[in-house]
Amino acid sequence: MYSVNYHRASSVADAAKLLKNGDAKLLSGGMTLIPAMKTRLASPSDLVDVSRLKDLQGVKVSGKTVTIGAATTHYDVSTDEKLRKACPALAHMASLIGDPAVRHRGTIGGSIANNDPAADYPAALLALGATIITNKREIAADKFFKGLFETALKEGEIITAVSFTAPAKAAYQKFRNPASRYAIVGVFVTKGKDGVRAAVTGAGEDGVFRSREIEAALATNFDAAALGGIKVPAKGLMSDIHASADYRANLIAVMAKRAVAAANA
Amino acid sequence: MSDVSLTVNGKRVSGSAEDRTLLVHFLREHLGLTGTHVGCDTSQCGACVVHVDGKAVKSCTMLAAQASGSTIVTIEGLANGAELHPVQAAFKEHHGLQCGFCTPGMIMTATDMIARHPEGLDEATVRAELEGNICRCTGYHNIVKAILAASETMAKGAKGKAKQAA
Repeated sequence: MYSVNYHRASSVADAAKLLKNGDAKLLSGGMTLIPAMKTRLASPSDLVDVSRLKDLQGVKVSGKTVTIGAATTHYDVSTDEKLRKACPALAHMASLIGDPAVRHRGTIGGSIANNDPAADYPAALLALGATIITNKREIAADKFFKGLFETALKEGEIITAVSFTAPAKAAYQKFRNPASRYAIVGVFVTKGKDGVRAAVTGAGEDGVFRSREIEAALATNFDAAALGGIKVPAKGLMSDIHASADYRANLIAVMAKRAVAAANA
Repeated sequence: MSDVSLTVNGKRVSGSAEDRTLLVHFLREHLGLTGTHVGCDTSQCGACVVHVDGKAVKSCTMLAAQASGSTIVTIEGLANGAELHPVQAAFKEHHGLQCGFCTPGMIMTATDMIARHPEGLDEATVRAELEGNICRCTGYHNIVKAILAASETMAKGAKGKAKQAA
């Protein structure tokens, strides 16, 4: 690993200040950033550790409103009793990330800031119509995820929390790469007061996206049967050694059906 | 350079390390605790699992500086003198190791897993929970058996203690 300067931030404001050092990056659980630094895919001059900031940790549920601190680990999301009642689909999704040791360190803020095209949280937040809260503003999930590893975050901007209204129904299903455990296709569906949303991860050439075909088919009938004859276009989907675009297109329909069945169960 | 202060296996230790030093290298090279292994160095194999503030983590994917201030338990900290920890004893009893390279990580993962499942474990749960630990001898069968046995022994032990306390 290249040499790096480590800083432990004492507050979000302190982190914002420390981020001005050289080519600094925020460090939370480090489950992606540290491996990326080892392989030299990333070489920040400075790391600003925000993982111990209490203000960024924990799940709050108030009525239907769920707020999750950016440095909340996948383990804490997956086991939070309040969240398991308010939005069990999200707790379940968090339990499917990586492995237990990775879930003990990896955080929701880190995952969405990285916006890996095969990460789980981007699909969840897009389908939940979540709001991403930073130290500067609030960004709707629809405007936050911009492309492969790209987000609407500006230089020096720090995610502090995400929040959403718990939908009446939701579920996530993913078809995992057997080696990496990342999604080859993952589909998160929700049925809330503003209708049906279906977000797909693992498949899009530009990262996470909403599947209009699936949303349209489910709009009037939120049932797996409504997806019976659905054709998801392969255009814009990734083809790689793991799966072709056609295969992924088919998997999107299959995972969507399973997700809807799970949401209705 | 970072000043790294830790409590490792009940002892307070401190030292100075380059900021890029991984926790596993600090444990092995600065503290001489070579029971924690570096297998893949890509966060996949779990040979480097230790407990940081009571949670199993991959010490090859955490900086020593990040861990500073934390309480660490490594494989060396499990046994009570000559008396093996119940998970270690179960691995011995059920031959839960072949070459032994993955064993420290397996045992640290197993103790964490058992602690998180006080209701008990079944085979499917153990296998799912071992997702982040790879045994290249493919000796999973006996590893799973050992963890199930240790989980039962420890549940009985906990009940016994509760009875004594009552």
